Amino acid sequence: MTALAHRPLGGRILTKPVFILGIFVLIGAYFIARRFLFGLGDVSHMSNGYPLGVWVAVDVVVGTAFGCGGYAMALLVYIFNRNTYHPLMRPALLGGVFGYTLAGLAVMIDLGRYWNAFNLLMPWYAQLNSVIFEVALCVMAYTTVLWIEFWPVFLERMPPAFKQRFNLEKLQAFLKRYMFVFIGLGVLLPTMHQSSLGSVLLVMGSKLSPLWYTAWLPLLYLISALTMGYSVVLLEATLVSRAFRLPSESALLAPLSRIVAGLLALFLVIRCGALLAGGHMDLAFAGDRSGNLFLIETALFLAPLFILASPTRRASQRLRFLAAICLLAAGSLYRINSYLMAVNPGNGWIYFPSAPELMITIGIVCLEILLYLLFIKTLPVLHGSANESHGRLS
Amino acid sequence: MERVEDHDIKAGAVQDLDGYQGALGGLTRREFLSYCTGVAATLGLSSTMGLRIAAAATAPARPPVIWLSAQECTGCTESLLRAYHPTLETLILDMISLDYHEALCAGAGHQAEAYRAQSMKANWGKYILVVDGSIPTKDGGIYCMVAGKPILETVREAAEGAAAIIGIGSCASWGGIPSSDPNPTNAKPVRAVLPGKTVVNIPGCPPNPYNFLSTVLYLLTFGKPPELDTKNRPKFAYGRLIHENCERRPHFDAGRFALEFGDFGHRQGFCLYKIGCKGPETRANCPAIGFGDVGEGNWPVGIGHPCFGCTEEGVGFTKPLHALAKVKTYAPPSAFPAVDATKGQGVSPAAVAIIAGAAGLAVGAGAMALRGMDDNAASAVDSSHDSKQ
Repeated sequence: MTALAHRPLGGRILTKPVFILGIFVLIGAYFIARRFLFGLGDVSHMSNGYPLGVWVAVDVVVGTAFGCGGYAMALLVYIFNRNTYHPLMRPALLGGVFGYTLAGLAVMIDLGRYWNAFNLLMPWYAQLNSVIFEVALCVMAYTTVLWIEFWPVFLERMPPAFKQRFNLEKLQAFLKRYMFVFIGLGVLLPTMHQSSLGSVLLVMGSKLSPLWYTAWLPLLYLISALTMGYSVVLLEATLVSRAFRLPSESALLAPLSRIVAGLLALFLVIRCGALLAGGHMDLAFAGDRSGNLFLIETALFLAPLFILASPTRRASQRLRFLAAICLLAAGSLYRINSYLMAVNPGNGWIYFPSAPELMITIGIVCLEILLYLLFIKTLPVLHGSANESHGRLS
Repeated sequence: MERVEDHDIKAGAVQDLDGYQGALGGLTRREFLSYCTGVAATLGLSSTMGLRIAAAATAPARPPVIWLSAQECTGCTESLLRAYHPTLETLILDMISLDYHEALCAGAGHQAEAYRAQSMKANWGKYILVVDGSIPTKDGGIYCMVAGKPILETVREAAEGAAAIIGIGSCASWGGIPSSDPNPTNAKPVRAVLPGKTVVNIPGCPPNPYNFLSTVLYLLTFGKPPELDTKNRPKFAYGRLIHENCERRPHFDAGRFALEFGDFGHRQGFCLYKIGCKGPETRANCPAIGFGDVGEGNWPVGIGHPCFGCTEEGVGFTKPLHALAKVKTYAPPSAFPAVDATKGQGVSPAAVAIIAGAAGLAVGAGAMALRGMDDNAASAVDSSHDSKQ
């Protein structure tokens, strides 16, 4: 694999989608400014009963799962040595970089006393029994690791004269030599904090509906993060190759789908098995809100499993894509349900995100897509190995 | 006025305390000094005052105390017997000279009476007079006779030569049980039969022994009673409402009340206001120091019984036991908001529109992306899925 294997896409940067996304980013920025000027209550419906609002449930819990593409691919490529998938690595990593960095941004918006956040890094304040502490530290460390893993992409793009002037070639050599350490950390850290996101729910206890509460929550969160990570890779690879008329990665994506199907089956077996063992399955058919949410969520999980179970359906780009969408919707719903909609703190507390709160979340998501487009156009992220004449790479 | 704390402490005055080892009811010098410092703390004085108290308590001539009992139950004495730092015998044998006390003196009958007369004559103008029980005044006070003499006369006579007068217990302070309706003996508190005299009241049924001990030691040390309130109670002990320091106060503020003995709220340790607790109108330090030296929480409210207001004139023995107290801070509303009232902010049309828009956009984008897929991919695909081609 030559250094030319990854190339910037090039092309105009200020396109129509960028302008549309930019408008939403600006709206989000306006409300973020209001939040910092007038406080949380000005933009948010969060309360003492629901201290974890849509910013945590969507931007952090769902957002980092979408960002797990890098984690899932690193596990596959580097730990299981499936080097054939290497062309998918960098775009997945980039998704991870933005997913996690912007989750961190969302947390800083969400924290009531964000100026105290640096205390997390002070060892003498460490509360080692806290699940949230583990999540916070792991996410911070992983975000740093992601940027280090992504750093060679910047270095490749820099003009040699610039690199020489600041002695960056030495850094490049160092990164190349010791990257395995960061890759190792990059697999270890998400394994820790994605399961800890499930442990946070264990702490919620009876506030969480029995349909979601199980001792297996940490494992379920870990598996769902992996399946969502792979789905993001499926989705991105398909969308990008179509939008920029790159050669299809079908040969890679079809076998990858098989892994997703296996993980998904494992997830559903544990999820339903725990429900049956706990004797709470009847709640699913109670006809109330949480029961119906559970049924919708499970249907969304079963659909991709059905699609990806057969080799012929796996080979179809359309069905693969549909399965990835269903799975991402299912995983997101699972996470939003367990963090928000299936949570009842009692004492009459209610919560529904306010419009400004939602606009901040949408702004952050739009910023993520915007930066992704910018990066793949200007940096060597995507793989242009074959049939270059088909795409804009030439 | 010269502040007593300003006096120089003469080290020599307490140096010979070592000589008292063994003489202080078995207390070592260290234990004795720490007791005196503890008393100083109870009185709210600086810790150096402990040395002055020690010096006063160990002065060679112990101040004589005459204790007269009128219409009483000996509960106040029983309470004093349960003081453990130090024990009562340390007080009466080593700190004061208890020259007359019906329940505690060694002598009996005419011997005891003669000793009282002798002591009063010898210490005229110097002894401390303590009275427990209320004084019957009907029919010339014939309903309480000691040594053939109405107690009314004995008290009046003893008060003439007293340096200080202490009325201990609710009966001596405001009349207590004997003065309750219909008050057949026309019982009156000590200060009512001693017009023109200052009577320090230590009310309580029984009073906490440390409130009495601290007052006596203050008198011995400074030669004057501690700061008193309008009802002549020492402010250090009776300056605050029980309600202010009560450990159940948060339940009162939150509207969590026991409604009858043994109900859910009572078992949970909720506020006892609604079953008649007089804490909101009674001044005493009961919640702060407790009883019996067995740790905090050992006082009526702590063990689940409403305070009945023994230290407050017109409350204890006057108001019905389970009548509502007149709250002196502020009265709770008769109804509190339900704990499950809806809190927080719910759904708004704009938020729903945004979510619906985002969801619609996602579905639309997904559908658009799906359109035309597999068209150019000649890979093996189920023909049924390619019907749109």
